[in-house]
Amino acid sequence: MLGGLAVALLAIGLWLGLGVAPRDAVQGNVQRIMYVHVPAILTGYVAIGLLLVSSVAYLWTRRAAWDRVAAASGELAVCFVGLTLATGSIWGKPTWGTWWTWDARLTSTAILFVIYLGYLLLRSVVDDPERAATYAAVLGIVGALDVPIIHFSVEWWRTLHQPATVLKPQAPSMDAVMLRALLVNVAAFLATFAYLGARRYRLLSLRAEAMARALRGA
Amino acid sequence: MSAFVRAAWAVFWKDLLVERRAKEGANALAFFAILLLFLFYFALGPDSDRIRAALPGLLWLAFILAGVLGLGRAFALERENDCVDGLILAPADKAAIYLGKLAGTTALMVAMEVVFVVATGIFYNLDIWAAVPRLLLVAVAGTIGFAAVGTLFAAMTAHLRAREVLLPVLLLPLAVPVLLAAVKLSELALAGEGWGAAWPWWQLLLGFDVVFVVAGLLTFEFVLEA
Repeated sequence: MLGGLAVALLAIGLWLGLGVAPRDAVQGNVQRIMYVHVPAILTGYVAIGLLLVSSVAYLWTRRAAWDRVAAASGELAVCFVGLTLATGSIWGKPTWGTWWTWDARLTSTAILFVIYLGYLLLRSVVDDPERAATYAAVLGIVGALDVPIIHFSVEWWRTLHQPATVLKPQAPSMDAVMLRALLVNVAAFLATFAYLGARRYRLLSLRAEAMARALRGA
Repeated sequence: MSAFVRAAWAVFWKDLLVERRAKEGANALAFFAILLLFLFYFALGPDSDRIRAALPGLLWLAFILAGVLGLGRAFALERENDCVDGLILAPADKAAIYLGKLAGTTALMVAMEVVFVVATGIFYNLDIWAAVPRLLLVAVAGTIGFAAVGTLFAAMTAHLRAREVLLPVLLLPLAVPVLLAAVKLSELALAGEGWGAAWPWWQLLLGFDVVFVVAGLLTFEFVLEA
């Protein structure tokens, strides 16, 4: 059901982004990568937010369910932030003439990516599941606290990224057709996130159950 | 003195005492830092202008690399002979233990940093002495932030496989704001600039310190008892 919705929205988003939305006057077809790039980072932030909430909830309640939510969001955060970096890089080559530049937004996104890779690494090396959950929760909280600080510090350090066009106080400065394509893609990415997260959660629950059964049998 | 401060002081004093009697931690750290001084010089060549330009970054690279070693050691010590169990059983607020460990690590790192700055001035033949008080201030503030996150992670990774790799991998990306602010502030201090330009970076650095010391105080209990 959720999976079907996600696929349908992704298909519509693709059609709107590649077919319906007009070519960008300045950047040409390259600009269309924005329909993937922006939804990816927004979804990545949602994943990071959910990771923070579920980490706090885990330390508070000690319920394994919250740990599974955190684990699933951590993996998806890495996926979507990684996708953002990849699409940004592909866009940057023809537009800025380089795969990578030490611009503020790029740098802080790359740091985020590394932090959450570390998060997955920490999860994978701790053997005791309860201990892994606690450590991961602490790292999830500390990491999320650092996100705004990293953002500002790197921003001061240097900036040349184009300013945000959607999430800003005034009305978005974008053609209505383009904006519609973008918003559909955002919805599609969020649905995909919800679907993948739910699947991952279910898998982790089943695995824990199988483990418990094996222990009882032994 | 409240029980909290007394417990924190006891842990801090214990760490300093161990350091003073064994002398292996501080000596090894200072030696490692001086070794880095040599390596930087070999890497950047004999041109003293290049060294001078890169100095703020070099200082903090050395502080952070040596700091990671020091942090790893702070909890490796507790792990030997199961001292951690003693800390967990101690009738003290776990946050106080965190504060004590943080203060101990910070003191050790700052001592190493002072040695490093003096050695830098001598070996690189740079006239940095006028900037030393301000550098020291930056070093203390930066080290508190670095050690605040580091103490928390060192307590987590001390008994894990692959801890030598895991601690820097987790800690370094989170410490990026400390590095940026501290390098900038050291640069301003070395250039003898006024406080005006430094103020935003001071706010950032002190903000980082406050946020992560508080986060450490609140979450250390979970880490220690997990």
